[in-house]
Amino acid sequence: MRRGLSLLALVVLLVGHFPGCKSPPAKEIRIGLITPLSGDVKTFGESVKNAFEVAVEEANAKGGVAGMKIATFLVDDRNDPTEASNAANLLINQHGVKAIVGSVTSKTTIPVSDLAQSLRIPTITGTATNPKVTVADGKRKDYMFRACYTDSFQGTVMAKFARGTLNATAAAVLYDASNDYSKGIAEVFRDAFVRMGGRVTAYESYGKDDVDFSALLTKVKAAKPDVLFLPDYYNKVGLIAKQAKETGFQGALIGPDGWDSPELVKVAGDAIEGGYFSNHYSPEDTRPEVGNWVKKYKEKFQQTPDALGTLAYDATNMLLEAIRKANSADPGKIRDALASLSGFEGVTGKFTMDEHGDPIKSAVIIQIKDGKQKFLQVVNP
Amino acid sequence: MEYFAQQVINGLQLGFVYALIALGYTMVYGIVRLINFAHGDVFMIGAFIGFYTIERYHLPLALVFLSAVAGCTVLAVLIEQLAYRPLRHAPKIASLITAIGVSLFLEYFTSLRQVFGPNFYSFPRPFPVVIWEVGGILVTNIQAVILVVTVLCLLFLQFIVFRTKMGRGMRAVSYDYVTAGLMGVNVNRVISFTFGLGAALAGVGGVLYGIAYPQVNTFMGFMPGLKAFTAAVLGGIGNIPGAVLGALIMGQSETMVSAYLSSTYRDGIAFVILILVLLWKPTGILGAPRAEKV
Repeated sequence: MRRGLSLLALVVLLVGHFPGCKSPPAKEIRIGLITPLSGDVKTFGESVKNAFEVAVEEANAKGGVAGMKIATFLVDDRNDPTEASNAANLLINQHGVKAIVGSVTSKTTIPVSDLAQSLRIPTITGTATNPKVTVADGKRKDYMFRACYTDSFQGTVMAKFARGTLNATAAAVLYDASNDYSKGIAEVFRDAFVRMGGRVTAYESYGKDDVDFSALLTKVKAAKPDVLFLPDYYNKVGLIAKQAKETGFQGALIGPDGWDSPELVKVAGDAIEGGYFSNHYSPEDTRPEVGNWVKKYKEKFQQTPDALGTLAYDATNMLLEAIRKANSADPGKIRDALASLSGFEGVTGKFTMDEHGDPIKSAVIIQIKDGKQKFLQVVNP
Repeated sequence: MEYFAQQVINGLQLGFVYALIALGYTMVYGIVRLINFAHGDVFMIGAFIGFYTIERYHLPLALVFLSAVAGCTVLAVLIEQLAYRPLRHAPKIASLITAIGVSLFLEYFTSLRQVFGPNFYSFPRPFPVVIWEVGGILVTNIQAVILVVTVLCLLFLQFIVFRTKMGRGMRAVSYDYVTAGLMGVNVNRVISFTFGLGAALAGVGGVLYGIAYPQVNTFMGFMPGLKAFTAAVLGGIGNIPGAVLGALIMGQSETMVSAYLSSTYRDGIAFVILILVLLWKPTGILGAPRAEKV
């Protein structure tokens, strides 16, 4: 026991005496990526990692940014808020990164944003859509940015689509009460749908570890909605869709960008057929930026980039652009450059940062047809 | 009325799966007074064996169940011999902490990429789903399979406990293991057998769970394990019919709370029922008070 203690003391001393490892050599800028490479949303994390690497490789091939080579550090957060917070800590305090890209989901990005804000490290997420990512208690976290639109926009878009295009008068909502993303969109959807003259006949929540939805779905079916809104990630949505079919639910299934994974069809099978969801981009879009990106990604990874990867590509490029403009590795200057970014040409559209660090841009609606994603329409803010 | 009946069916499906897990808790507790927290993870291993045998080897359903039973039994007997047997005469708290350790070990070891991996896998349905309508109530063949398999398991268990020599040994050891040993019962063998039997049921439960809720991951055993443990305590831990009764009550209460109140209270109400029952009858619904042995 005493030996163990002295060993521990030694380790603490050693770690404490290596301040040298914190300062990277000149002519290099360290950037961290936090992304879930395992766990319930790992396909998100893999796309984001691929896209991040493509963006960095492109920049390094052109000699880096602002005369500095980009060195990257990758941490897996397993889509767990605590892990994400640890990851941010590791990147900033151990690896000495000057900026962070990540994380992927809202529930992990919120703790990352709090930490990045307190340590003054500019952070940009490609994909976390919850409003709390950039704002806490009505106060803007001015070191935090994102490349995607927010949940309030997404929830409104789907409510509009359900009311207008699908002509639905009654809607049901099932959401994960422990997930900021799910809860946030559910609330916005409900309010918007009611405001547009529809009725929400069932509004129910479940827990993160629930797998049995039969009781809830029987309840939903009895409420006779035209559409069932499922704001959650593909794994849960797949399970719910499958059970919805087994309880004999006939209405349309609709959802947000969390559905965007090839795994969804694998889990849900034909139960998800005909479902609609809002997304950030479609590979079928005809703009040249989209075509170039899809071609580049396909050559490298033999698959079509999903929206998450595409947003991460835009986010990384926005950050690199900001570093270029700041012409410095100073986190404060990078932040200022990010905040003043305007008219940035990304794959997911041309956008400008608003005062909350959220971009102003459009959404697309996608339908699942024959197990594939089909581009349906563009919705402008 | 149809709505109510439909919810009862939903609750039964959940209750039966809980029952298969709860039996393992209750039998092991009845014999060695140990709350085997690793039991939920043995259930997870059963689900994974089901996943691999269906997805990779396309075995027929009976063989899938047999593989899960065999795998879980061997695992549980190993756990008992390596982790619990050396602590048989140590204070109870040591075994309890070891059980938690074994549980965490199983969860994190299997989530290594070299083992099962840290991801969610979609569990393939071994047969196409058929929905029957009986008087306005929908019943799936999945529910039928769960019902039939669980009832067969219960009958089999009843047979072993009350009609075989090993079962008599189990009852004797559960009554008083020192005296049973003096009377010539091989206590170690009986204990190993009990662990194996409980795990076999958990293996069946794991496969059924995978079929009903088609997704597996290495942490999936935690919640069902906790619920099944609660069910065992509710019914009277150490009591076999009690575990089944407790599990059915848990299944119904969770479903009915979601159906008539709000699903937010679902987990809460199940535990409130547990607390009320324990206040009124600390040994559980069917548990008999145990005289302190001197």
